[in-house]
Amino acid sequence: MGSGERKPFENPAIEWVDSRLPIFTLINKEYGVFPTPKNFNYFWNFGAIATVMLVLMILTGITLAMHYTPHADYAFESVERIMRDVNFGWLIRYMHANGASFFFIAVYIHIFRGLYYGSYKQPRELLWILGVVILLLMMATAFMGYVLPWGQMSFWGATVITNLFSAIPLVGDDIVTLLWGGFSVDNPTLNRFFALHYLLPFVLVGVVGLHVWALHVTGSNNPLGIDTKGPQDTLPFHPYYTMKDTFGILVFLIIYVAFTFFMPNSLGHPDNYIPADPLVTPAHIVPEWYFLPFYAILRAITFDVGIPFTDIVFVEAKLGGVLAMFGAIALLVALPFLDKHPARSARFRPWFKIAVLVLVLDFFILMVCGGKPAEGLWVPLAQVATLYYYAFFLVLIPLFNKFEPRLDLPPSIHEAVLSCCSKKKQCCSHPTEAA
Amino acid sequence: MSDTTQQDNPHGEEGSRRDFLYLTAAAFGAVGAGSVAWPLIHQMNPAADTLALSTTEVDLTPIEKGQAITVMWRGKPVFIRHRTEAEIEAARNTDLADLRDKQTDEDRVQKAEWLVMVGICTHLGCVPLGQKPSDIKGEYNGWFCPCHGSHYDESGRIRKGPAPTNLAVPDYTFLTDTTIRIG
Ligand code: HEM
Ligand code: FES
Repeated sequence: MGSGERKPFENPAIEWVDSRLPIFTLINKEYGVFPTPKNFNYFWNFGAIATVMLVLMILTGITLAMHYTPHADYAFESVERIMRDVNFGWLIRYMHANGASFFFIAVYIHIFRGLYYGSYKQPRELLWILGVVILLLMMATAFMGYVLPWGQMSFWGATVITNLFSAIPLVGDDIVTLLWGGFSVDNPTLNRFFALHYLLPFVLVGVVGLHVWALHVTGSNNPLGIDTKGPQDTLPFHPYYTMKDTFGILVFLIIYVAFTFFMPNSLGHPDNYIPADPLVTPAHIVPEWYFLPFYAILRAITFDVGIPFTDIVFVEAKLGGVLAMFGAIALLVALPFLDKHPARSARFRPWFKIAVLVLVLDFFILMVCGGKPAEGLWVPLAQVATLYYYAFFLVLIPLFNKFEPRLDLPPSIHEAVLSCCSKKKQCCSHPTEAA
Repeated sequence: MSDTTQQDNPHGEEGSRRDFLYLTAAAFGAVGAGSVAWPLIHQMNPAADTLALSTTEVDLTPIEKGQAITVMWRGKPVFIRHRTEAEIEAARNTDLADLRDKQTDEDRVQKAEWLVMVGICTHLGCVPLGQKPSDIKGEYNGWFCPCHGSHYDESGRIRKGPAPTNLAVPDYTFLTDTTIRIG
């Protein structure tokens, strides 16, 4: 970005700024002429969609904070007041609540894209790991945000999740007291969760910045998973992908506003419209839908791990569940280093393709299990699904490294796009998955 | 460090003296950073007024045999149960080998009639059912936690389900025959 190589702008006002702070040069380089593979499919829209959702969450969040009272005695009522009395308060709150769900939808699809097309592989390992950091920060933010309305689900969700830390040997209970600022979830807890819920999205902005920076060093992956070899393989980001992203964003936002206006509570839980009561636990505590798969993994560990037929226990069920849950995310961090197969994209990996699609199904099964009471057949089902989740990373991926064949890779993106046209006697203006 | 040694062996001595300065500077910095960090962490622990609320006195006279009440102590529910002879006997006749967290009933009460426990499931903190006559009491006729299915017996001991330990017994003292102070 040395100002030496800068090309002057014609507009004198822009030139005046740019010669002192080359911000227009930066924007043009990263979002104007930035060379982008020309074979993107619609899965490549979700990074931009996630960014829009993050901005939207910050805007609606700050306006809500202007009316919200972070005190155990007033929080619930202040939210009801936002819903009934504050001008457009109902709209802003519903946008924020449903916005969180749609932010997770976008990011989960974005992660699936990375998995399926091997975007986590060399040289994008750090980019991927920053993505997992984003996911963790989002989870922490969403969890603390859900506590703020101080309904029954807020209170008991906070109780169950903070109690997870009590599973840590020796210091667990002290950590929980530290988190609560008392001897149970109470006003100090609510107050600090509000402070952190306000802070973390801005940390997210910072990490997303690093994520995009790393992306612009390696350049984007693409559905073929092969490197770009020259200008014939790429298009300038503007106008090609600015337009395509805008289109995708609009479609996504239409679905989002449909929820916000017509079924604003369909993704929430009715018990959260009952004020928090520390003496009564609701019959079924369920987290928000986007946490359900991880909650199912937590509850799947119903057994102690130790020496059979003795009282010797290494890992109690409670700690085991917590480890399994956090381990499920740690595996995502490890993935770039576990997977050594030479092809990136699942298109050229016949076995991986099936395994990763089964993993998606597995994720949905876990999601259903997490929403059901932990009894009857749901328990063994969640256990089998947890087993597959772990086996995908720790058994299948290493096996694929050794034995999975690689289908022939096309010589270049350009040639792949052209040959697809001639074979199918139709021009692929959008070379998406044929299957 | 004297000048003479420095002149005798300029490189070695100069190096180790510099190392020493680096180390002391780094140690000083670490202590400084730690002493700034500690207040910032410790502020999150319970404040003085929160700690001050930490005892509760309860009058036991209105509780009939077979009844239970729930009182608040440190923001948590405390279960106080006036046990019947049958309940006491069942709790005392339990074989210790059947228990996950081995504790005799005698160790859990001060007076056999009165069972006082923190009403918080030792799994992940829900309030178990079993206080009201209409509640489900679980397979061991004590308490049942609906969150993830933990069953507790007449002494509040864990018998089945994911919870690792028995319901906790808080510190309490009998001020008179019919009043206790918890905490
Ligand atoms: C707040 C959440 C997130 C935002 C705003 C965000 C933003 C972006 C953007 C704008 C791009 C470039 C456009 C695109 O390829 O779609 C991108 C690429 C990427 N993201 Fe994210 N991201 C987020 C979360 C994640 C997460 C959770 C992961 C993975 C665990 C992840 C992994 C990746 C990878 C591997 C790429 C490069 C993909 C490629 O070019 O194939 N991102 N991200
Ligand atoms: S909190 Fe009681 S069983 Fe989990």
